[in-house]
Amino acid sequence: MLLNQFLILAAAMFSLGIYGLLVRRNIVLILLSVELMLAAVNINLIAFESVLRSPEAIGQVFAIFVITVAAAEVGIGLAIVLMIFRNRKSANVDELDLMRW
Amino acid sequence: MISTVATEAEHAVEAGVTGGFWVDNAGIMLILPFVAFLLILAFGKRMKNHGAELAIGALAINSIWATVLFVMNMTSGVLGQTTFEIARIGSDLVFELGWVVDGLSIMMYFLVSVVGLIVFIYAVGYMHGDVRVDWFFAAFSLFAGSMLLLVGAPNLIQLIIGWEGVGLASYFLIGFYWEDMANVNAGNKAFMVNKVADVGLILGAIILGVAIGTFDFAEMDLAAAEHVESLSTVAVVGGALLFFGAMGKSAQFPLHIWLPDAMAGPTPVSALMHAATMVTAGVYLMGRVFPLFEYLAAEIRPWMVWIGAITLFAIGFLALVADDIKKVLAYSTVSQLGYMMTAVAAGGYTAGLFHLFTHAFFKALLFLGAGSVIHAVHSNNMSDMGGLRKHMPRTYWTFVVGTLALAGIIPLSGFWSKDEILVTLGFEGYTAVMVIAIAGAFVTAFYMTRAVALTFFGEYKGHGNPHESPAIMTVPLVALAIPSILFGLFNVPGWEIPGIGNFSEWLAVRVVPMGDHHPEAIDFVLAGSGLLAAVLGIVVGWAIWGRDRETQAERDRFDIPVLYPLLRNKYYIDDLADGITAGTMGPVARFINWVNDYVIDGIINGVALLTKGLGSFVYGVVDQRGVDGVIHGLGAGADGVGSALRRWQTGRIQQYAASVVAGALVLIVLFVFVI
Repeated sequence: MLLNQFLILAAAMFSLGIYGLLVRRNIVLILLSVELMLAAVNINLIAFESVLRSPEAIGQVFAIFVITVAAAEVGIGLAIVLMIFRNRKSANVDELDLMRW
Repeated sequence: MISTVATEAEHAVEAGVTGGFWVDNAGIMLILPFVAFLLILAFGKRMKNHGAELAIGALAINSIWATVLFVMNMTSGVLGQTTFEIARIGSDLVFELGWVVDGLSIMMYFLVSVVGLIVFIYAVGYMHGDVRVDWFFAAFSLFAGSMLLLVGAPNLIQLIIGWEGVGLASYFLIGFYWEDMANVNAGNKAFMVNKVADVGLILGAIILGVAIGTFDFAEMDLAAAEHVESLSTVAVVGGALLFFGAMGKSAQFPLHIWLPDAMAGPTPVSALMHAATMVTAGVYLMGRVFPLFEYLAAEIRPWMVWIGAITLFAIGFLALVADDIKKVLAYSTVSQLGYMMTAVAAGGYTAGLFHLFTHAFFKALLFLGAGSVIHAVHSNNMSDMGGLRKHMPRTYWTFVVGTLALAGIIPLSGFWSKDEILVTLGFEGYTAVMVIAIAGAFVTAFYMTRAVALTFFGEYKGHGNPHESPAIMTVPLVALAIPSILFGLFNVPGWEIPGIGNFSEWLAVRVVPMGDHHPEAIDFVLAGSGLLAAVLGIVVGWAIWGRDRETQAERDRFDIPVLYPLLRNKYYIDDLADGITAGTMGPVARFINWVNDYVIDGIINGVALLTKGLGSFVYGVVDQRGVDGVIHGLGAGADGVGSALRRWQTGRIQQYAASVVAGALVLIVLFVFVI
């Protein structure tokens, strides 16, 4: 059974994503980390589906949803990053505290 | 429980002949003057004659109607009653409105409508160019309408409504020239004296209505005619109270004091008030409830007779010293009302009401004549008149006719009605009163001769050139002079106008037929003494005043010392009434004032202070500190919490992410290891 290996891979990718999310200072890399976490989740969904074999293929369907949402999110996210960069000549999150109280 | 649903429960007391269209719709007469009153109030100012057209129109229709009924009643008795139930008190006491048509009410319809019509027409001339003419005719219509409502009343309740309406309208009219305080006071005096008497009327009505179980006159008369012994005490008390009410309206001693002051109103008002509409109400009431006194309450009749006797004799003297021509006539009215009341009280139903009937015409004539004179000389005082015989021939002649009728000179109407009263008093055994009444006839002739002499003979003492009044004023005088001469023939003892019977037969048409004493033949001794007294009065009066050319001031010196001040001061009855009122009511009023100032005001001030204190407490403590404190506290709390929490909102994305991760880890730990 190959499930464990997939789960370990997904957990590793998720952890890497969290690590990247928390320590990276560049917004683009943070976004990439978020994508990494989403990919890890997708691997989990596919893996479980391949084992459980539900008649409606829920795992695959959800994976496709996640990919769709991720694509939209990255699209908007990168557009925001682009605008910030244009205005401030920087993509460092430490310098971004506009949403402070 | 009182039901206010007006059902069309008509019922007619059927007895003898009933009369078709004119009787069934006689209620029109009761309504028309009120319609005129409202229309004049609404449109009078814009009409050419200020609403006089409407007032006269209403009474003209009434006069035709009443004359038809009067003639129908002459040939064959007319009896009918129509009522509408308005409210029911308990199960058997019913309040109804409606109209009664019988001998008595037909006579009054006729009197009020015809005399009223003549006076209204006269008033158009008299009031020409005066102030508030529209209001005058409105109130005049109300006056006549209320009187018709009163005389048409089938029960005591409607009678009281009309009674108060008459009082109200008279108050309006006596105080008509309200710019002068004296006139306002006269109106107040009339209203208040009448109110005192009205208490008697209302109490009497309640006592009789509850005890007999009906307010209906017909049923009351039937109950009285059955001699129900258990009712006699109630009837005495109730009857006495009703009589007290009648004393007020009909100006019997000592409640006559309002009537001379009521001369403050315009002269047509006095004419109508003294002839048909107001002062006759009391005598009418006595006639209406006559069976009550005839069968049940006979004990109080002597008292009533004597009150009437005092009135007719004592008050007549006051006319001898009055300078105001209207006051002479006013005292004369009081005296004549004494005759009527004495007669009715003694048992002379026909005698009293016949005198009311004839008196209405000649007294209206005298007042209108006096009004014509006043109109010409612009003064009420006879000391400003004199010699008007040459200037105002029509007024003079009609005034003389009225005087002779009032004095009781054969064959004018006053002679026959006064003679009937004398006969009745003799027949009923009141010999002393009869002698007083004959003496009263002397006094009557005496003061009327004085009035005629001072007004129309001698030399003119006033200002300007008096001239005869216009035709609209003299024609009514003639119209009243004719019945003053002729209407006595309606009731000549032992003779009747062929085919139509006589007045006592017409008046006897009631639910309980009235069968009082009617002389079969002329009592020549009695009639002769009455006539002699009258002639003597005229002769003595003429001897004293006939050749007089002096002024009033010089004339006063010849008057008798003790008697003269007594008469000038009206027997001090007015002062006595003032004293009684001030003496009894004054302390009461002062006490009530004291109670008002110290007790009631104290309570009110205390309550106010308490309320104020409570208000301050509620505002200062409860509202400002309690409610506001809570609200301010909540605000401050939210502010503090917000200040503390906002430090968490750093704006740093990775801190948030770290928090999310930490939260997720906590949840994982919980799921995995705890649950």
